[in-house]
Amino acid sequence: MRLLLGTLFVLAVGAFIGLGGTYLALKRGAAFGALTIGAWTAWPKTGTADADPYARASIARIGLLPTAVGDGITFAAESDDNGKPLDGRCDVLVSGITPSARFWTVTLYNREGELAANSVGRHGFTSQEIVRGADGSFSIIAAPRAQPGNWLPTGGIERYTLVLRLYDTAVGVSTRAGREVPMPSVTTRGCP
Amino acid sequence: MIRWALLLLGGALLGGVVHIATVIMLPRTATRDAYARLEPLAPVNTVTPLPTPTADAATMPYMDPAFASAICRYDLSQGPMKLTVPVRTAYTSVSFYTRNDVAYYAINDRAAGRRVIELDLMTVDQHNQMPEEEDVTAADRLIVESPTLTGIIAIRAMAPEPGLMPQAQNAVAAAQCRRSDDIKPSR
Repeated sequence: MRLLLGTLFVLAVGAFIGLGGTYLALKRGAAFGALTIGAWTAWPKTGTADADPYARASIARIGLLPTAVGDGITFAAESDDNGKPLDGRCDVLVSGITPSARFWTVTLYNREGELAANSVGRHGFTSQEIVRGADGSFSIIAAPRAQPGNWLPTGGIERYTLVLRLYDTAVGVSTRAGREVPMPSVTTRGCP
Repeated sequence: MIRWALLLLGGALLGGVVHIATVIMLPRTATRDAYARLEPLAPVNTVTPLPTPTADAATMPYMDPAFASAICRYDLSQGPMKLTVPVRTAYTSVSFYTRNDVAYYAINDRAAGRRVIELDLMTVDQHNQMPEEEDVTAADRLIVESPTLTGIIAIRAMAPEPGLMPQAQNAVAAAQCRRSDDIKPSR
């Protein structure tokens, strides 16, 4: 009886820790070699043949084709510079400059990776169509209601993810976070 | 008391094994991965343009709406493949994925250096079986080695402004991916 009880206990603990760990790791998108700059995080190794098992599992679970390193790099932000989750009912300012790249795009997705529905059919900006200041910097305002300048409509969804993709860039596996890779700041301005 | 602590430790160790095993097994059992999503849409060894993602419908999550894309689901069991992609817009790239959606190679228009991206795709064995002289004469030919027999080629052309999207869509639709029968089998 004691042996049976002990075995069951070990199995239960093992299943709980093992499956719970896997669930948490995939939910949080854990993989080795994360490159975090400000609010933005990228996993450059996920776009290579050296992708670790966590990256492979995440790719399979989400069901996407990752950006290959020879193509570009994908940065995602789920919260602002202060760690506040991005809220579609607030005005969020994304401003500054990006690392050098031939092109970049900023896109707004809901947490399932779908484009957020809005009345004007805009889901992001490319580096070509954005309006810049005199010094070459830009600012994008993600907000539920129309704004002057580069307005990125959120559609009023509660939580969203901003994805910044750099195409044909030197930023990659060997990049270290620091001064040589300037990323735009993400700040929440006003919440109704 | 010590007995339960030991059992807990044993359970934790078992949990570690379960965790590692499930993470490694997951890509093989996933039924909604990119390959599974694309399989019913795309016939094998043909370029299939994908619709530009909208809020209502997207082939895969996290697709970039600034890009027109097409895929070629390849199967190298019958022989090597040849891929031709015209470069017509600001930025064009070709990325190669294994059966398990791992990106193993990518090239963009600037790296290709021409108005058309031309590539030969083959397995390591098929590359080794290529006659040597052909390998030499084909010095300017770009050969990509696929680690798996099947996989996905993603062809993507950027539309820097929404108005340029039709042009980008035409460019990816004009891409060709077919079996290169002109490459002779092994000696």
